[in-house]
Amino acid sequence: MSTPLIMFLAFVGLTLLITFWAAKRNTGASAYFAAGRSITGWQNGLAVAGDYMSAASFLGISGMIYVAGYDGFMYSVGFLVAYITVLLIVAEPLRNAGKYTMADLLAYRLSPRPVRALASLSTLVVSTFYMIAQMVGAGAIIKQLIGIEFEPAVIGVGVLMLVYVVFGGMLATTWVQIIKALLLMIGALMLSYLVLQFHEFSFTKFFNAVAHADYGGTADPKNLMEPGLKFGVAVAGPWGPIDLISLCLGLVLGTAGLPHILVRFYTVPDAKTARSSVVWAMAIIGLFYIMTTLFGFGAATILDKATLTTNGKLDVNMVAPVLAQVLGGEFFFAFISAVAFATILAVVAGLTMSASASFAHDFYSNVLHHGKENRPGQEIRVARITAFCVGAASIGFAIYLGPTVNAAFLVGLAFSVAASANLPVIVLSVFWKRFNTTGAVAGLGVGLVASILLILLGPNGIFGKEAPFPLSNPGIVSIPIGFIAAWLGTILTARDPGAEAKFAELKVRAHTGLGSEKATAH
Amino acid sequence: MSEKTPVNWAAIEEKPEFRALLARKKAFIVPAFFFFMIYYLALPVLVGYFPEVMKTRVWGEVNIAYVFAFSQFIMAWVMAWLYVRVAAKWDKMAADVIRDEA
Repeated sequence: MSTPLIMFLAFVGLTLLITFWAAKRNTGASAYFAAGRSITGWQNGLAVAGDYMSAASFLGISGMIYVAGYDGFMYSVGFLVAYITVLLIVAEPLRNAGKYTMADLLAYRLSPRPVRALASLSTLVVSTFYMIAQMVGAGAIIKQLIGIEFEPAVIGVGVLMLVYVVFGGMLATTWVQIIKALLLMIGALMLSYLVLQFHEFSFTKFFNAVAHADYGGTADPKNLMEPGLKFGVAVAGPWGPIDLISLCLGLVLGTAGLPHILVRFYTVPDAKTARSSVVWAMAIIGLFYIMTTLFGFGAATILDKATLTTNGKLDVNMVAPVLAQVLGGEFFFAFISAVAFATILAVVAGLTMSASASFAHDFYSNVLHHGKENRPGQEIRVARITAFCVGAASIGFAIYLGPTVNAAFLVGLAFSVAASANLPVIVLSVFWKRFNTTGAVAGLGVGLVASILLILLGPNGIFGKEAPFPLSNPGIVSIPIGFIAAWLGTILTARDPGAEAKFAELKVRAHTGLGSEKATAH
Repeated sequence: MSEKTPVNWAAIEEKPEFRALLARKKAFIVPAFFFFMIYYLALPVLVGYFPEVMKTRVWGEVNIAYVFAFSQFIMAWVMAWLYVRVAAKWDKMAADVIRDEA
């Protein structure tokens, strides 16, 4: 049995034990959907980081920096800075005024049924697309790392993730994410150390090598410290810089609208802990993305492109594992491979958890059954069935689309919908008294449709290079569209005295935590 | 709480203590948000439209573009630290506002 396989199995065994432990503690909706609101600040910070740092960021960003240098590093910066939006605007009001899902905050003073229906749709779209991207990546990576074929690899990841979510709920998902975040940080620290050791612990030597990156002596030296290799006018044409600005806007406003990140703030006892968990997450996420400088740029000074090429195609996702192999040998390669595997599992579990909670709580309980539970435990049962359906659908799509599907397209779509549909409505419902149901429905609906259309019409979409819309990141257009739709929907329709009267209540709840959901476990 | 009389949200919202809390929060969050958005978006704008200036070396091979990108990490952490400091004061104000209710 190969060393990577043994490490995979060790991780799987440990997480199944956690699931077994968590399953015994799942005694009610608050326990299942919000881990009993008993997670501490540093634990939730690690879990947020574990939920957020996907395989796309560990493997994808390393690869992007390896190829495009500085421009790839732009993603690293945006992924951290985005948490200021979460910290300043979203985390505390959400924890104070909500219960299980993003829609709890949106539906607070508006007509719950239309708002929840659309918020639930948007959550399912974001989560499913994000998940297909992760699944496809997972299948391809597992095939490379331990030689299991694409289809069984995708099915394996899907089934494991379902075991965590269906039996272990939010508590098991949280601990899987915490362990994954710790493993990822250990792996990244060791990889960074080895890169620095290669350059004799001299930053002068390191940056010198990056500025003359020659891919292990196999290519003409290229200055990867200089911007422009991906978004520069010379490479990307006149729209390149705008595409970069649009990417940054999408990252910095999209993160605060990602449903699987938002629901993490319901797992802590109060808004103060939600705040400290964002700070913990920012410390970990920031440290991680600073290290992408070392192993992303570092790889370009060490790794030959030929070692990453299979069947004439450069597989940039393999940069981090292959770098580990070259610098640290087979055992370290196995460890980094297991970390990549853990990363994928933790993220897909978080996505499935938020999608199924939204369908069960928003759509099934509140839209179909007007907020009344017919039998106790029904909401959890529906969530488990939904998790199963979402998981099965994602496995099916991932296998149908196959290993060649453009993962950047799917991740871009998720961030774009989050920034253009979810965030405008979250912000306006907390800060604008006049905001009404039509405005929320318009913001969610138009933001969702605009994001999908612009991405389909863009360079990553159906027309490829002939695309009628020049930007692969539509944020700079779709975010204003989302805000304007929400604003127009509100001012063009009658004032809603009920919603405005409840604004006082929402304000008091959001800013003081009075009447917020209390911790149940411990 | 369920046994007590329902909370009079409108009355709390009108309390001067609550209004003061909101004013304090606004006075920090609004400028902080705009500062961070401008500081952050300056990065892609400068890198996209003034690449030659940004390529100017400041320390060995390290250029302005890299230093500015790196400073974003520091900015984010400093911002988080400042926020946590002021938010601790808001927690006390919020506790005063709802003391009679809990």
